[in-house]
Amino acid sequence: MGATHLPATEFDGTGVDDQLEAEAEAVLGEPPTRMVQLLGPDGTLGEDPVFSAYANRLDAEKLRGFYADMAAIRRFDQEATALQRQGQLALWVPLTGQEAAQIGSGRASQPQDYIFPTYREHGVALTRNVDLAELLRQFRGVSNGGWNPKDTNFHLYTLVLAAQTPHAVGYAMGIQRDQKLAAANATPDQPQEPKAAVMVYFGDGASSEGDVHESMVFASSYNAPVVFFCQNNHWAISVPSTVQTRVPLADRAKGYGFPGIRVDGNDVIAVHAVTEWALERAREGKSPVLIEAFTYRVGAHTTADDPTKYRGSDEEAQWRAKDPLERLEKYLRAEGMADDAFFATVKADGDELAAYVRKTTHDLETPDIRTAFANTYAEAHPLVAEELAWFEEYSAGFADEASTDEADKDGAANR
Amino acid sequence: MTTMTIAKAINEGLRATLNNNPRTLLMGEDIGPLGGVYRVTDGLIGEFGADRVVDTPLAESGIIGTAIGLALSGYLPVCEIQFDGFVFPGFNQITTQLAKMHARSNGNLTVPVVIRIPYGGGIGSIEHHSESPEALFAHTAGLRIITPSNPHDAYWMIQQAVDCQDPVIVFEPKRRYWLKGDVDTESPGASADPFTAHVLREGADATVVAYGPLVPVALAAASAAAEDGHSVEVIDLRSISPIDFDTVTESVKKTGRLIVAHEAPTFGGIGGEIAARVSERAFLSLEAPVIRVGGFHMPYPVAKVEEDYLPDIDRILEALDRALAY
Ligand SMILES: Cc1ncc(C[n+]2csc(CCOP(=O)(O)OP(=O)(O)O)c2C)c(N)n1
Repeated sequence: MGATHLPATEFDGTGVDDQLEAEAEAVLGEPPTRMVQLLGPDGTLGEDPVFSAYANRLDAEKLRGFYADMAAIRRFDQEATALQRQGQLALWVPLTGQEAAQIGSGRASQPQDYIFPTYREHGVALTRNVDLAELLRQFRGVSNGGWNPKDTNFHLYTLVLAAQTPHAVGYAMGIQRDQKLAAANATPDQPQEPKAAVMVYFGDGASSEGDVHESMVFASSYNAPVVFFCQNNHWAISVPSTVQTRVPLADRAKGYGFPGIRVDGNDVIAVHAVTEWALERAREGKSPVLIEAFTYRVGAHTTADDPTKYRGSDEEAQWRAKDPLERLEKYLRAEGMADDAFFATVKADGDELAAYVRKTTHDLETPDIRTAFANTYAEAHPLVAEELAWFEEYSAGFADEASTDEADKDGAANR
Repeated sequence: MTTMTIAKAINEGLRATLNNNPRTLLMGEDIGPLGGVYRVTDGLIGEFGADRVVDTPLAESGIIGTAIGLALSGYLPVCEIQFDGFVFPGFNQITTQLAKMHARSNGNLTVPVVIRIPYGGGIGSIEHHSESPEALFAHTAGLRIITPSNPHDAYWMIQQAVDCQDPVIVFEPKRRYWLKGDVDTESPGASADPFTAHVLREGADATVVAYGPLVPVALAAASAAAEDGHSVEVIDLRSISPIDFDTVTESVKKTGRLIVAHEAPTFGGIGGEIAARVSERAFLSLEAPVIRVGGFHMPYPVAKVEEDYLPDIDRILEALDRALAY
C-alpha cells in the first residue's frame, strides 16, 4: 500500500503546515500525502478505513496505560530539566510535545524487536523498560551509555546524527538471516520463535544526512525488516524543517520503493496503529516502512539552546493546543474510561518517579578513568597497558604529595 | 587596539572578510538567526543576508561538498562544522576531494575552502563534543591547518585563511572562546604569516611547544617552573600544517630540551611528528629525549573524568622534570 492511497483526514493543520503542503503540491504537481489521524485535538475519535481496525484492538486499560506513560515521561522530562538547572546534569534534551509519537510507537513494538534511538527517545526507553534514571548517566557525564542494550533491546543513544540508521538496517538484515536459518532448521514439533523487526528513530534534521539515504537504499535492496521512524518536530536546533525538505518526508519513501506514511504525531492512537501496521509488515518480510510522525518540539532543543533567537511564541502556542496528553484525557473522560481518581493516581505516580530520579541522579557514581583504559579494547593492548602504568605511577606521585601535605598540616597543628 | 573574546574576534574577522570580499560566504548548521551554537556568527545574517550566511541542511558531506563546488565556481566559502566529533560525515569530502583537487587537476584548479571546527575538551560536554582530530587531517596532504590561541590571532587568522588559495581548516579552541585579549584590527603585526610559530616566552632550560587550548596551560606551567628556578621557553605553534620547524629547532638548539603538549592522544599525534623532526634536525643539541604530553589512547572520556585525561600544568611540569633529569 503506497502512502498516496492513505485516506485524507481532518487534521487541523492551521498555519505551520499549510505553506509546506502548498509548496509540496507545487513541486510534485499533485497533492502531498495526507496525514493519518484518529484522535483529533478535540478528543473525538475519527474513522479510518485501514487504521481504525488497529485502533479497535486497544481496550480501555491499554489507553489508560498510554496516558499514564505519556504523563510519566513528561514528568520525568520536567525533573531532568530541573536537575540540569541545578547543575546536576551537564545537558538535557527535552521531549515535551513528542510524548504521543514516542509512547505510541514504542508501545507498538514487541519485546523481540530491536530499537535504535537517537538521543531524545526517553519515552521510547520507558516503553522498553529502561530504568529512566539510567538515561541520566550520559547527561551527567558519567557514562557514554548507561544501560545494557541486550537487557531491553533498546540500543544506546547516538549523538552523531543519523549514524545509527545503517546499523538498524544491518541489524534487520541479521534478523532476516536468522529467520531463514531457523526456517531451514525447523522441526515440526518445535515451537516457532516470534518474528522480529527493527525500528530506528531519527529527526527531520537528521533526514538530510547521507547515512539516512544510504540506509534506505540498503533496506529496500535487501527488503530488510526495518521501520524508519522519523519524528518531524519541525526544528533541527534553529533550522526549520523546510530547509531539510520541500515535501512531506514520508513521500521520500516512494523513491526508495517502500511505503511512507505521515501520521499525526500528537495522536497516540494513530501513531500506535500506524506503527503496529508497519512493524507487522516488516516482521512478515513484506517491506520496510517509513513513518513520519508530524509533531512539535515544544521547548528548547536542549537546555543549552535559546529558541527565542529563531522562532516565535505564537507557533509554540498553536502546537500546545494540539497537546497529546490533553486530547487523550478528553477522550478517556468522554468515554467514561477514566475519572478524576485515575488522573490523581497518575499525578501521584509522576511525583514518585520524579523523587526517585532526583535521588538516583545524586547517587550516580563518577567512574574511575581506569575503566576507560579497560574498556577501550576487548582484548589486551600493549599501548593501553603502558599508558595505564604511566598513569598509575603519575597518580601515585600525587598520593605521596598528599600524604606529605597531611603530615605538614599535622606538624603545623602540633607546633 | 580593542579588547575582545576569541569568539568575538572570529566574528569580527568574518565580518571584515564579508565586507572586504563580495565572494566570501558562510555556510553551516544553525549559523543564521541563532548565530551558531557558540554565537560566532552572531548578527551576520542580518547584515549580509541569507545568500552570504547560509543556514544549511543538516548534512556535513553536503556542506563540504557544495562548498567545493562553490569554490570551483569562484566563491570563497567558510564552512562551520558544529563540533569536532561531527566533522566525520564530511571527512570523505575533505580528505578525498578538497585536499586533492589542486593536485588532481595538475595545478589548474584551486579550492579555497575554509572549514572552521570548534575543538577540544574541558567544557564538561557529552560524547563527540570534546575531540581533537587535527592529526587525522594533518596526515592528509593538500590541507592547511591553523589554530589560534588568542583573540588577536583569531581575528587575523580567519581572514588569512580566506585569503589563502589552499583549503584551510581552522581549529578553534572552544574552551577558550571566552578568553579575552587585545586585538589590533589595524595591523596583524607579527601575526602577518599564519603559518609561523610564535615564541611567547623566552627561556634557557627547556622548550614547551603547545597550540590552541593548551597554550595558556603551557604558559602557566612555565611560570610555575620559574618559581622552582627553571627557565622555560614557550612556543605557540599556531600552524599544525605546515609546522614551522625552523622556530622550534632554533629554540631547541638554545634550550636542549623539548616537551610537546596537545590534548589529542599522544599516539600518532602531532607531538610525534615534531619529536621526529627535531631529532633529525637538532639531535646533537638535545640533552634529553623529546617528551610528549597528550591524551591517552582511548575515546575521549566522559566529562566527569576529563580532568584526568586532559594535560594540565602538573602533567607538563612532570614531563619537564623528566627532561631536566637527563
Ligand atoms: C553529524 C552531526 N552533525 C551535527 C550535530 C549537532 N546537532 C545536534 S542535534 C542537531 C539538530 C538535530 O535535529 P533533528 O534531527 O531534527 O532532531 P531533533 O533534535 O529535532 O529531535 C544538531 C545539528 C550532530 N549531533 N551530529
